Amino acid sequence: MMKKELGLFLLLAVISAITGAINPAFLSFVNLLNMANLIGLFGVFALGEGLVIITGGIDLSLGSMFALLGVIFIDLLTTYQVPWPLALLLVLMGGLALGGIQGFLITRLKMQPFIVTLCGLLIYRGAARYYTSDSTRGFGYGDEASTLSNIASGNVAGIPNTFIFLIILALILGVLLHRSVYGRWLYAVGKNEEAARFSGINTNVVIATAYVISGGLAGVSTVMFVFYTNSVSPSSFGNFYELYAIAAAVLGGCSLRGGEGSILGIVLGTALLQVLQNLVNILGIPNSLNFAVMGTVILIGVLADQQLQARRRRKAALAGLARTAPKATPGQGKQSTSTLSAAAVRTGTGEQT
Amino acid sequence: MAEMLLELSGISKTYPGVRALDDVNLRVCRGEVLGLIGENGAGKSTLMRVLAGVIAPSAGVIRIGGNEHARMTVTEATQCGIAFVHQELNLFENLDVAANVFIGREKLAGGPLKLVDNAEMHARVMPLLERLGADFTPSTLVENLSIAERQMVEIAKALSIDARVIIMDEPTSSLTISETERLLGVIADLKTHGISVIYISHRLCEIMTCADRVVVLRDGRTVGELARDELSHAAMIRLMIGRDLKALYTPPAQAPQPGGCDIDGVVTSAFPDRQINLSVRRGEILGLAGLVGAGRTSLARAVFGVDPLLGGEIRIDNAPVGVATPRDAIRLGIYLVPEDRKKSGLVLELPIRENVTLASLLDHARMWLVNGTAERKIAKDQARRLSIKAPSVDMEAVTLSGGNQQKVVLGKWLSMQPRVMFFDEPTRGIDVGAKSEIYALMRSLADQGVAIVMISSDMEEVIGVSDRVAVMHEGSVSGVLERDQFSEYNVLRLAVGQALEPMEAAAP
Repeated sequence: MMKKELGLFLLLAVISAITGAINPAFLSFVNLLNMANLIGLFGVFALGEGLVIITGGIDLSLGSMFALLGVIFIDLLTTYQVPWPLALLLVLMGGLALGGIQGFLITRLKMQPFIVTLCGLLIYRGAARYYTSDSTRGFGYGDEASTLSNIASGNVAGIPNTFIFLIILALILGVLLHRSVYGRWLYAVGKNEEAARFSGINTNVVIATAYVISGGLAGVSTVMFVFYTNSVSPSSFGNFYELYAIAAAVLGGCSLRGGEGSILGIVLGTALLQVLQNLVNILGIPNSLNFAVMGTVILIGVLADQQLQARRRRKAALAGLARTAPKATPGQGKQSTSTLSAAAVRTGTGEQT
Repeated sequence: MAEMLLELSGISKTYPGVRALDDVNLRVCRGEVLGLIGENGAGKSTLMRVLAGVIAPSAGVIRIGGNEHARMTVTEATQCGIAFVHQELNLFENLDVAANVFIGREKLAGGPLKLVDNAEMHARVMPLLERLGADFTPSTLVENLSIAERQMVEIAKALSIDARVIIMDEPTSSLTISETERLLGVIADLKTHGISVIYISHRLCEIMTCADRVVVLRDGRTVGELARDELSHAAMIRLMIGRDLKALYTPPAQAPQPGGCDIDGVVTSAFPDRQINLSVRRGEILGLAGLVGAGRTSLARAVFGVDPLLGGEIRIDNAPVGVATPRDAIRLGIYLVPEDRKKSGLVLELPIRENVTLASLLDHARMWLVNGTAERKIAKDQARRLSIKAPSVDMEAVTLSGGNQQKVVLGKWLSMQPRVMFFDEPTRGIDVGAKSEIYALMRSLADQGVAIVMISSDMEEVIGVSDRVAVMHEGSVSGVLERDQFSEYNVLRLAVGQALEPMEAAAP
C-alpha cells in the first residue's frame, strides 16, 4: 500500500535534487516557500477530488465553482458589507450545497458523474459571468476582511498558512479515509458497489458524501484563491483547475476505476505537479512547454505504475498458485471420504444447463 | 432411417476434478427435431458448446458431412452449418436487425473503401423474415424487439448462413404461451425445409409437441433415448433421475422451533403475476429447488431488500417486517449468501479482514473510527472457526480458492447475529472438502436456532442436506416435500410444473 507513495516521494526528491543541482535557486528559501504556498492552494481541493475519484466518479466542476463562489464571496464582503465570518460560512455552505446537488443527481437520479459535473462546469461558469456581467470583482481599498485575508494568505513563522491548512485538512481527511468506517466504505463502494450494497452499506449516501466533501473543500479553496489573487475575473478564475486536481490524484495513485488512492499520495501528487511547474521556470525551459512537461510526467508515471502493478500481480498469482496447489491432495484427510467421492461426480462447473 | 447429418461419438470433457461429459453419443438426422433433456448440470449446455466449437472436447469425434473432427472451432462449426440460438441472446441491441444477422460477415461495397452495403443486407434479410412470419423489418433496431422477436432474428441469422442444424437452448424460457406456439410453428416449418433442430428444454410438454426423438443426459452421460412413440412425461423424468444419492443428511439436534421466516403472498419483479408462499422454521434447513430461472434467486433478492418487493408480507418470528434495502434486512438478521460471490459477496481486492467486517464495521468502531484490534480479532476468529486457508487475514480475497472465498462471505454474516439465512447455490464451484464443511456449518447454524433457506440446483445437495424441500416452478412454489417424500422424481415433477402423483402411478 505504501509502496506507491514511497515511489512518488523518491521521484519528487530526485527531481528536486537534480533541479537544485542545476540551479540552486530552486532550493532557496523564497522559492521553497512560494512552492509551499502553491501546493497548499492546489492541494486542498485535490483532496476532495481524490475522494470522488476513489468512488469511481469524477468532479469536473471545481474550477467553475471557484469562479461562482468567488464572485459571490467578494460581493458579500464589498457590496453587501456582510461580516466576514458570515461570508465565509455562506461560501462554505455554497460549496457543500453544490456538491450535494451533484451527489444527488449522480446517486439518486443515476446520472453519470462525468456528465453531471461537466454540466456543473458550464453552468457555474455561466452563472458567475452573468452575475457580474463579465466584469472582474475585486476588493476596494477598504479593509473589508483584513482579518480573514491575514488568515488565508498570511504565514506562521514564514510557512504559508495555505500550506498549514493543507496539512491540517490532509490529516483530518487521512483519518477519515484510512481510519474511519466511512473511509472503509468508500473504498468498498469504489471497488465493488454491488458487494457493498449486499453488505448493507448505503452506497448512495457514501458516494454523495464524497461529492459534498469535494464541494466543501472547493469552498475553502475559493476563499484561499480569492485572497491569493485579490480579485476574481469570472471568465478565467480557476479555469482548468479541476484538471490539476485530477492530475494530482492520478499521479498520487488514485485509479479512475475507483477504489484506489491515498491522502498522502494526493498530497505528494500535488507537490510533484507544482515542482514541475516551478522547474520549468527555474531551468529556463520555455514557459509554453509547461503543460507538455506535466502531461509527459503523468503519462510516464501512470504507465510505470501500471507495469509495476501488473508484475506484482503476476508474482502474487504465482505465489497463490503455489500455495493452493498442494492443498487439494493431502490436506483433506479429515473430511469424510464418502462425501468426497459423492460430490466429485458433479462439482459445480458453474454451468447452468 | 433418414440421412445422417451429424454424429458425436465418445465425446468427453474433463475439467480439473470434474467430468462434465463422459462418452456421449448423439446423432442428428436431416430434418429432425431432436429433444435434449436432463437436469440442471447434466451437461446439455457443455455438449452444445462442444458442438458449436466454443469449447474443445477432451476425447471423442465429431462426424459431420462425412468429415471427422476431433474438435471444432467456432468458424468451422459455422461452416459446417451449425448455428446456435443462445439461451441469453447474443445480439447487439444498438444495431438493426440486418446488421445483427450479418455481424462479422457484412456485405461490402465501395471497393477499397470497404463501406457497409446496407441496401444489400436489408434485401437479403427481408425474405428470411418473411419466411419466419416476422412482423418487423430489417431496419428495426434490436432494442425495440421483444425476446421472442429477437429469437426470430437469431433464427434468421442461422438461415442466412444456410444452417443445417440449429441448436436452441431453452428457447422458450422467457416466452409467452402464444409466442411459444409460434416458435414451435417455425420449428415445424424448418423441419419441412430439411433443417434439423436440437431442442433443449426443461418444458417437457414442448418436447412432447415438437421432438421426433429425445436424448436424455444425466451426469454428463447419455442415459437413454426415446423415439417419438415412446415419449411420455413419466418416461422422460425416469430417465433424467436415477442416480444413487449419497447420504449427506445429518438430522437436526432438535425439532424445529416456532418462529422463523414466513413469506406470505410475496410478489417479485421477475414474476409480477405470481405469488410466493413459503415458511421456514427456526432450526430448519429448507431446500429450495427448481429449474434455473424458476424465480428462486429473485425471491432471495426480494426478501434481502436488493430487489423491490411488489407485494405480500414477510414475517420474522411472526412479526411483520419491512425490508426496503439490504441494510433493513441485515438489521433484522436476514442475511443472504449470494449466488455470485465474486460480484455480490466480496470486494475481491480488499483483505479477508475487511471483507469479514464489511457489514458490521460500525459495531467495531468508536466514534466512527475503526477499532483495528477488535476488527482483526473478529476476522481471525472467523478464519479459525471456518478454517479459512490463508497465511493471514490481510491476504486479499482474490488470492483465495473458491471455497475459501465462500467461507469469507460466510464469515461476514457469522460474525453477526443471523436469524434467517438464505444460501444461494452455496457450493457452486467449490471443492468437495469445502462443500461438506459448508453443509456441516449450515446444520450447526440451524441447531443454534437459525432458519435456513438453501437454494440449490444440485439434486444431491437438495435431497441430502434439507429437512424439507420447497420446489419452485415459473415464479411460485409448486409444492413442498417432507423428508419421507424426498425423491429426485418428486422434486423434478414439481420443478417442471406437474402435480405429485401417487407413488404406484410412478412405477412403470
